[in-house]
Amino acid sequence: MKNWSNRLTGPSPESRCEAHGRWITRLALVVIAALVLSIIGFLLCRGSRLFLTGEGTLSAFLLGTNWDPGHQAFGAAPMIVTSLFVTLLAGLLALPLALAVALATTEILPRGAKRFLQPGIELLVGIPSVVYGLVGLTILVPLTRKLLGGTGFGLLTGAGVLFLMVMPTMTSMAIDALEAVPNQLRRASAGLGATRWQTIHRVVLPTARGGILTALIFGMARAFGEALAVQMVIGNAAVMPHGLGSSAATLTSVLTTGMGNTIMNTPENDALWSLALVLLLMSFLFNLATRLVSRKKG
Amino acid sequence: MKKIELQNRLATILILSLAALAALIAGGLVGYLLASGLPHVSWQFLTGSTKSFASGGGIFDQLFNSFYLVVLTLLVAVPLALLAAIYLSEYAKQGPVTTGLRLAIEVLSSLPSIVIGLFGYLIFVLQWRLDFSLLAGAMALTILNLPLLTRACEDALRQVPQLQRQAGLGLGMPKWRVTTKLVLPAALPGIITGAVLSAGRIFGEAAALIYTAGQSTIAVDYANWNPFAPTSFLNPLRPAETLAVHIWKVNTEGLVPDAAAVSSGAAAVLIITILIFNLAARGLGKLLARWLSR
Amino acid sequence: MRNKFFLVLGVALVALLGLGAWQAHGTTKVTKVTNVGSTALQPLVEAAVPGFLKHHPSIHVTVQGGGSGTGLSQVAAGAVDLGSADVFAEQKAGIDASKLTDHIVAVSGIVPVVNPKLGVTNLTSKQLRQIFTGEVTNWKQVGGPDEAITVINRASGSGTRLAFEQLVLKGQSPIKAQEQDSNGTVKQIVANTPGAISYIALPYLDKTVAALKLNGVAATKANITTNRWPLWSYEHVYTRKQASPAARAFVAYLQSPAVQRHLVEAAHYVSVDSMTVRRDANNQLTRVKGGE
Repeated sequence: MKNWSNRLTGPSPESRCEAHGRWITRLALVVIAALVLSIIGFLLCRGSRLFLTGEGTLSAFLLGTNWDPGHQAFGAAPMIVTSLFVTLLAGLLALPLALAVALATTEILPRGAKRFLQPGIELLVGIPSVVYGLVGLTILVPLTRKLLGGTGFGLLTGAGVLFLMVMPTMTSMAIDALEAVPNQLRRASAGLGATRWQTIHRVVLPTARGGILTALIFGMARAFGEALAVQMVIGNAAVMPHGLGSSAATLTSVLTTGMGNTIMNTPENDALWSLALVLLLMSFLFNLATRLVSRKKG
Repeated sequence: MKKIELQNRLATILILSLAALAALIAGGLVGYLLASGLPHVSWQFLTGSTKSFASGGGIFDQLFNSFYLVVLTLLVAVPLALLAAIYLSEYAKQGPVTTGLRLAIEVLSSLPSIVIGLFGYLIFVLQWRLDFSLLAGAMALTILNLPLLTRACEDALRQVPQLQRQAGLGLGMPKWRVTTKLVLPAALPGIITGAVLSAGRIFGEAAALIYTAGQSTIAVDYANWNPFAPTSFLNPLRPAETLAVHIWKVNTEGLVPDAAAVSSGAAAVLIITILIFNLAARGLGKLLARWLSR
Repeated sequence: MRNKFFLVLGVALVALLGLGAWQAHGTTKVTKVTNVGSTALQPLVEAAVPGFLKHHPSIHVTVQGGGSGTGLSQVAAGAVDLGSADVFAEQKAGIDASKLTDHIVAVSGIVPVVNPKLGVTNLTSKQLRQIFTGEVTNWKQVGGPDEAITVINRASGSGTRLAFEQLVLKGQSPIKAQEQDSNGTVKQIVANTPGAISYIALPYLDKTVAALKLNGVAATKANITTNRWPLWSYEHVYTRKQASPAARAFVAYLQSPAVQRHLVEAAHYVSVDSMTVRRDANNQLTRVKGGE
């Protein structure tokens, strides 16, 4: 064995291992960051072309209500409003149910319940959106037609399909959030004589609020970006919606429908990329806002 | 006292009935899909290949492609997300950079998959000359799943009690050792849940794959185990249509007379496949956890 | 012990992979031809691949969808060899059609369809135009039952919509209505919605929806070949002016009798050879002698 001095004074295998670990994890993060930034950069670059080439102005794009890219009318307001509204509605419909399932499995039902629930949730996540769209078309559309009259295609049906699609993700994340609440807190609360509801209401929910909000954001983020299923049931007409039953189009549905039919680098195509950019910016603002809210109170 | 008791009981009933409603909706959905699909599933359907205009086509290629793509994607995405999550939860200091990064990753999760698909098409398929291929599809799906996976891994790591880490460090173990030997095995169930959820999303994804992995399958040779041969079923550089893409294609531009039957049958097969895959993944995860903590 | 085992396993795997790569490298070189574009045409082109492979085993053809716009953009940019489209390249702004060569591979009829429970079987051109421009909003105004009309248009920019607007609307702009991209989805929505009307490509017509006659003429192949049924469009495959020999060989195969006689028929398209009229990018009709 040579190099005794090096072996004694140099880095030990353990510390070398440590350095490697730190290096490799950082590398992974850098790769992810590079990917994310390149996508964001790519969208910024593509999405701003419409305005840089002078074919459209930012204010006309954000505030205009007439979307007819074939005739140089790029008003995206109807889609922005619809996307926001449908997403919110779906999130608000899904939250109570997701939370109830999460509370029931973590706080009320015996532990075995979760073993059945988890495969079920994962199953629902894997159903392709086309299938959700078909279910919406054959079940939800006629149902809405009976309830609201009209064609049955519209905001409510779109929100209904999205609700089905995001509920599993939200439930799974809500369960994680509730399970992250330390058991000592529950025991302490029970030891003080609190009922189960009091423990849930006063201790568990406030502690898990950050996680529950994250579940809501992630669920709504998925709803926001969903295209194929919504497109089949929302009526896909790029007009300003005027009621729950009225046809409308979301940012994603217009994007998906138009992408294959337009020629790259024409104003029509650039306008679609601008929609994608709006999508990115809106979810960014949305994320930021929720972060601020949860920090202020938490 | 009585009022509180009543309140407690009412709240419990409310929670349980809402949960039951959710279970009913979900169960009804799965039941409906199985009931309308299973009658069309036969041995011939599972092992046959697709037909262009005639009825009676099968889905074997698509089923295999779905599996292979899930494996390929998880092979890329899980290590990447896990390592990044380890850095974020164990090493990184809280600051504007890490917060910004987390925000960026989360923002990515709401991008519609078609945008990811087009990005993949322009960059991986055209720029990097990967052509329409499983590899390009796997990379697009990696991007799609990174937010959820990174998040799930980080949460799983964070939920390991601080005490376990301190115990390890107190015994003189370096931090990396503590992370791989103590924290990782303890966090494994959470990580597996994340991976399985991602696998579900990969099984079900269509829009991101239409422009990357493609929507047609070349005739492949299932006896050729050489991943570099152009017609081998293992070649990651061949175009491949997955089951979800097939369902989408049959529904949108299918010329076969039995399109509805193929689509609902394929959906039922997909559901059962996911179930089997998830149970297997869980079993494997348990083995892995035992092995890691040895 | 464990580490040694994995080391051996890893070395063996790498060796195997290397051997495979070396072996695959030795086999004959294959030429790749990629077709991107019209999703409606994709099944037909895809079905032609196995027959082509028999004649040219060294040419591997990949057929992908993506839409006519994508097909034209990508073939013009040189990213793919073949771009299929259901519009003339001249009709798409932003494409330099002079750089491309047009190969017409089939003719597709376009047929208006309604919900089968409606009971309407015939419309005049004027009535059809009035429905799609929003002048008529109830079926009883055109002799049907008292039922509101739900118009389902096709995606703006799609070839089917372009042809329909040119041939039916004659320059008037349609009402803002529901837009769907694909024949299959349109069919499902029309089949599930009372009072719905839309139009699809003839090969996609089936019993779930009811086809309309136009001015008493039915959408049949015979009527399309003579232009008595005026709603039809070409299915194009575009190549660049200097296309690769492999791409040219595949296009030639698509236009050969093997495909035109059998596959085109099986897919319910109309063969180009049987047409007695020809239409150009400006919608000018010329008569071709005799057809076939």
